[in-house]
Amino acid sequence: MGQEPGDPRGFSERLRAARERQGLDPRPTRPEPSGAPDPSAFAVGARVALDLVSALLVACAIGWGLDRLFGTKPWFLIGFVPLGGAAGVLNVWRMFAPDPKAPGPDRRKTGPDPGR
Amino acid sequence: MAAGKIDALSQFALHPMFGELGRMGFSQSPLMMAVAAGLTLLILGVGMAPRAMVPGRLQAAAELLYEFVYNMCSETIGEEGRRFFPFVFTLFLFILFGNLLGVFPYFFTFTSHIAVTLALTIVVVVLTTVVGLAIHKLHFFSYFVPEGVPKLLLPLLVPIEILSYLSRLISLSVRLFANMMAGHVMLEVFGAFVIMLGGAGLLGLLPAGLALGVNTVLIGFELLVAVLQAYVFAILTCIYLHDAVHLH
Repeated sequence: MGQEPGDPRGFSERLRAARERQGLDPRPTRPEPSGAPDPSAFAVGARVALDLVSALLVACAIGWGLDRLFGTKPWFLIGFVPLGGAAGVLNVWRMFAPDPKAPGPDRRKTGPDPGR
Repeated sequence: MAAGKIDALSQFALHPMFGELGRMGFSQSPLMMAVAAGLTLLILGVGMAPRAMVPGRLQAAAELLYEFVYNMCSETIGEEGRRFFPFVFTLFLFILFGNLLGVFPYFFTFTSHIAVTLALTIVVVVLTTVVGLAIHKLHFFSYFVPEGVPKLLLPLLVPIEILSYLSRLISLSVRLFANMMAGHVMLEVFGAFVIMLGGAGLLGLLPAGLALGVNTVLIGFELLVAVLQAYVFAILTCIYLHDAVHLH
């Protein structure tokens, strides 16, 4: 509306909007890792605690189950507990990690980068 | 309850119902599930029956629910999210009605049992894994291989990633179950305060009134938690499906 048809910036902008409306360009989706909208500090704390512990619980369950299965009493449990703890920390890290797609000093790959 | 001790947990006990059915394990929990499912169907069925261009109140509510979950699916999962909309919608409404029905007195909250929430979570995790395998075939397992990591560390990191993936089973189910159970325990405890203090004579009337006030606030808070936790469960399901569809 009110845009000159020859205005390249206005046209590409409108084309992008139209394509998005029709669903031709899949929108870049990067969902927030958070569950609740605008969480309070207590909610964040509860989520961190839960994510930290849940991996450890799963690891304990797997270790205990494998021990039961193979009759190797403590060894699988001993092996899985540190792994579970690390997985819990990984869960928390994912929650607060900087966006890997954002520009910045991030060691992760950001896509095709001929400069590296 | 007024017998001098607070019995906050007996509200979660299951009681067999309906004679022969009860002996087969039928209790309040499956009864409330059936009520929740029936109420969902009733609201959607009766609400959408007029098929009006300008919706009435019930139809507007049904359409609002539909569009809310639909937008959540398509925005979180992406364009492919529409295919999973029926699943997420069912899950969301089942949990939402289970939570909300539980706020009513004498009603049972089936989402306050870890057995129920864990079963729902297992469905979600198995579904996301199957979806990931169906879309990406064996390439799905690259989800467990972090990018830009020396090969030497992979034997250590891949099990950690798999454990992190499986930890969803616990975190998703415990989140819903703990929220619902904690809320109902609080309600019960403050309800017991009202009765115990109210029965303690003139001096107890003021604190009893305070406890009643707290309970009133807690009911409102429970309504918020009921909706919020259903939303959280649904949006996390969407995020997991997004991961399965897009791999990172």
